[in-house]
Amino acid sequence: MNLNELTAHEILDLIKDGKTNPADVYLSVVNAVKEKDPHVKAYVRTCHDNPDLASAKTNAAFPIPTTNKDNICINGNETTCSSKILTGFKPPYDATVIKKLKSAGATFVGNANMDEFAFGSSTENSCFGPSRNPWNLNCVPGGSSGGSAAAVASHQTIWALGSDTGGSIRQPASFCGVVGVKPTYGRVSRYGLIAFASSLDQIGPITKDVTDAALLLNIISGYDEMDSTSINRPVPDYTKALTGDVKGLRIGIPKEFFIKGLDPEVKKSIEDAIEVLKGKGATFKEVSLPHSEYSVATYYILATAEASSNLARFDGVRFGLRKQPNTLRKSPIVDMFEETRDIGFGPETKRRIMLGTYSLSSGYYDAYYLRAQKVRTLIKSDFDKVFTECDAILGPTAPTTAFKIGEKSDDPLSMYLSDIYTIAVNLAGIPAMSLPCGFSKAGLPIGLQIICKNFGEETMLRIAHAYEQATDWHKRKASAV
Amino acid sequence: MNTSTEQKFETVIGLEVHLQFKTKTKIFCGCANAFGHKPNTQTCPVCLGLPGTLPVLNKTALDYAIKVALALNATVSSYIKFDRKNYYYPDLPKGYQISQFDKPIARDGFIMIPKDGKEKRIRIHRAHLEEDAGKIIHDSNVKASLVDYNRTGTPLMEIVTEPDLRSPQEAYDYLTTLKLILKYLDVSDCDMEKGSLRCDANVSVRPIGETTLRTKTELKNMNSFKAVKTALEYEEARHAQVYLSGGTIVQESRLWNEEKQMSIVMRTKEEAHDYRYFPEPDLVPFVVTQEEITAIAQTLPEFPDVKINRFKTQYGLNDYDANVLVQDKDVANFFEECAGGYKENKKICNWLTGAVAAEMNSRNSSLKELKVSPQHLTALIAKVEEGVVSNLVAKDILAMMIDSGQSADIIIKEKGLAQVSDDTALEKTLDEILKENPGVVAQIKEGKDSAMGFLVGQAMKKTQGKANPKKIGEMIKRRLLNA
Amino acid sequence: MITKKDVEYIAGLARIHLTEVEIEKLTTNLGGILGYVEQLKKLDVTNVEPTSHALPVQNVFRPDIVKPSLTQDEALRIAPQKHDGAFKVPQVIE
Ligand SMILES: [Mg+2]
Ligand SMILES: [Zn+2]
Repeated sequence: MNLNELTAHEILDLIKDGKTNPADVYLSVVNAVKEKDPHVKAYVRTCHDNPDLASAKTNAAFPIPTTNKDNICINGNETTCSSKILTGFKPPYDATVIKKLKSAGATFVGNANMDEFAFGSSTENSCFGPSRNPWNLNCVPGGSSGGSAAAVASHQTIWALGSDTGGSIRQPASFCGVVGVKPTYGRVSRYGLIAFASSLDQIGPITKDVTDAALLLNIISGYDEMDSTSINRPVPDYTKALTGDVKGLRIGIPKEFFIKGLDPEVKKSIEDAIEVLKGKGATFKEVSLPHSEYSVATYYILATAEASSNLARFDGVRFGLRKQPNTLRKSPIVDMFEETRDIGFGPETKRRIMLGTYSLSSGYYDAYYLRAQKVRTLIKSDFDKVFTECDAILGPTAPTTAFKIGEKSDDPLSMYLSDIYTIAVNLAGIPAMSLPCGFSKAGLPIGLQIICKNFGEETMLRIAHAYEQATDWHKRKASAV
Repeated sequence: MNTSTEQKFETVIGLEVHLQFKTKTKIFCGCANAFGHKPNTQTCPVCLGLPGTLPVLNKTALDYAIKVALALNATVSSYIKFDRKNYYYPDLPKGYQISQFDKPIARDGFIMIPKDGKEKRIRIHRAHLEEDAGKIIHDSNVKASLVDYNRTGTPLMEIVTEPDLRSPQEAYDYLTTLKLILKYLDVSDCDMEKGSLRCDANVSVRPIGETTLRTKTELKNMNSFKAVKTALEYEEARHAQVYLSGGTIVQESRLWNEEKQMSIVMRTKEEAHDYRYFPEPDLVPFVVTQEEITAIAQTLPEFPDVKINRFKTQYGLNDYDANVLVQDKDVANFFEECAGGYKENKKICNWLTGAVAAEMNSRNSSLKELKVSPQHLTALIAKVEEGVVSNLVAKDILAMMIDSGQSADIIIKEKGLAQVSDDTALEKTLDEILKENPGVVAQIKEGKDSAMGFLVGQAMKKTQGKANPKKIGEMIKRRLLNA
Repeated sequence: MITKKDVEYIAGLARIHLTEVEIEKLTTNLGGILGYVEQLKKLDVTNVEPTSHALPVQNVFRPDIVKPSLTQDEALRIAPQKHDGAFKVPQVIE
């Protein structure tokens, strides 16, 4: 048995029984990275050679090799958001989730590839080139946490961190056949997560099964005095929620999720999943999220507006890349700003900064930004209404399985629409997750999305776990590497 | 305002004051809010705007802002939110300033300024809380600019008036009055030289009688109240000149050049920024209840205008004296403590505004730093009144009290500074003087009273000023005239 | 409809130097996305409050207590250019 192919809870059991040790586990992961990553390209940087990050402390509670997304700061460890503009940036501080993982005893494997600044759904928008789907190397792993999901799916790690602004954990989890959780907004501190859209971003686990997701969520959740938007509320032990019992839970199926554009194979898998849960005693009813058709438009206004401002600090002054201008155009300092940002940002990043700047600019604020904020209210209240009569919402994570590399890269709008089922969740702030629920005939994974109300993580994980117990999709090994 | 020709103009001025709070830490991070340190030693990932960092509001900064709002007689918003003001400048680490756009902490306030022996109301349009930027040092040696982020994140309150000021003098008086109120609140050093109080001015000029506002220019870079006044005088004259020569004023920002004593154009409005304000998603909104506002209102000090009136009625001081005392909150409080234990209010006032103020000046110290207690000062004044020491000697004693921290009593004893009132010692001295000056004695006996002063002077000389002149006079009269 | 001139203005605000080709392409891209976003105008949002935050949290403060700062060295270690304890940048002309 290869240690790198185990889940964290299996490893912890083995360590407890004296059958393995953290160093051997880490080594098996390093060997897997050496063997597989030339094909998958999940990592932009490894930290095998940094003893501070690579070696476990004795008696650590969770000496689990962990993959970090390249937008979460580790003190002294180069962090680039897969962007040229952050070349050489070594943050002088730890993100709060990293602090928590370090004190739990986790070790770090490396930083995973992502769409530049998390702008994308395929990991193709990376200055390091695309990552590949471990089930089919010609396909994308999804995005933006594509590197994290691909690393977990190809067993180049035990578990990973991702970040989810509009589906960036769930959609790659779906495409790679792993478990991905977007927690309630404010459940996990954002301090140290390089912001894309501050009011939507959440860090969350990408794991091989639901139990690991609960374990990792236990470690990273909680109030943080460094993040005003984190919620001061006790963190339950999420593993205690995994009872297998879903009897009597009322689950809503939004009719808007089963419309044109939904791949029939995906649809069939979701319908099968519903039957499995029905068999375990959950009840189902059709519900409506009438404003969900507006969520992509709303999201692209709000997220890009926040992003245009969040990315203003990449100006070549204090850190990262600087382009020293050769000739004088406007003024020495403005030329430096403009040329640094020109060569530092990729095309999708520029596109989003431009869109966000436009919708905030003088004369357009009310028509775009303010209106989108109001529609956000409508989208939120759709969920509120459903949750008065349901404990959870169930549906597909993405309308299709993983698409081919290059297939959508020239059509930003069709790329944006691949997040159609995940985006509304971020607008509402509520928790959601994706877990494997089948495979297409082409052998690509399909993801089941479970959505709950604020702080409904326990119910959500319980449903996911009950489904997982009844199926074995999560035990399949990625076939391409 | 009068110009050389027949046409008469009126000046319209609005002021924007930026006030740095003297909280212990910065507004959104735990760095010390300290002035005068080596560059970039008071920074952290948050105030350097490093990727991934987040702001958390300093509670004291908000409390101070509410205090200022109340002192400005403004309406305190019950719902406060922050917004991002987006623009690029190397001293602005995040590429945006966290400020307040449409929900400022304070709206619709006013303060009263002195005007021709009466008062004039200057309306405050709004006041809001924001973060300060860093400092750019222009280094011609390296043909580059150098940035120091120590100041970044210092809590700032921006106080904006309505265009109610009608002359540079009124602007000056507004600033003086505002500064005094703010000093009383004890939320800021209000030191323009150190930049803890900064002022920009908007000026326009129109012919008297015209009711609409003409194009304004914005003046920046004045580093004293005097400079604000001079810059405004320059600018109003410039506007008038332009109008008189048939020209038009362009809306622009102008920098005041103190050396050249003129304003120089900075940037025109066409290039001005489109700030793209939007709600700061990294900070939550703040709800201030009426109870909290009331609680803060109860911590407010008595304000200068109220205190002046009270000093006049309670202590019988005249307008001038009351005004002078109240200019320094510590001096005013000190006066009240003195007046509590000693009833000569006018004398206390004279001492505080005279000798004590002189010591503060020459030592460049505040009253607190002088370490004289009200009890010590009133004891000294009492010694003068009792005739133990002369006024002149008492001033020296004050200096010694400040140097040593000792009471007047001890100093007088130790240095033997008491006026000699001891009868036997004086009688002996007098014997000598009468013997030495038979001619003068004869004159006095003949009724020439004025000659008496000579003998008193002699006695003072012999006792090195320690004799009590009144007492000597009485003794001479008794001896020579049996009076 | 967004024009080339709008795109140039926005690029100036966003401080990105764009080539002629990029401006052309972005004009088309942004036009497409803004066209898609037009659907929001179909909705009646009168009397709807805007949402800026996912959760209704209020009054989160920090006490006024000093925490250690970075040293000058730590602050400047990541600087592209430094001089005399400061971040060095191309001349800022006032
Ligand atoms: Mg301001
Ligand atoms: Zn700081």
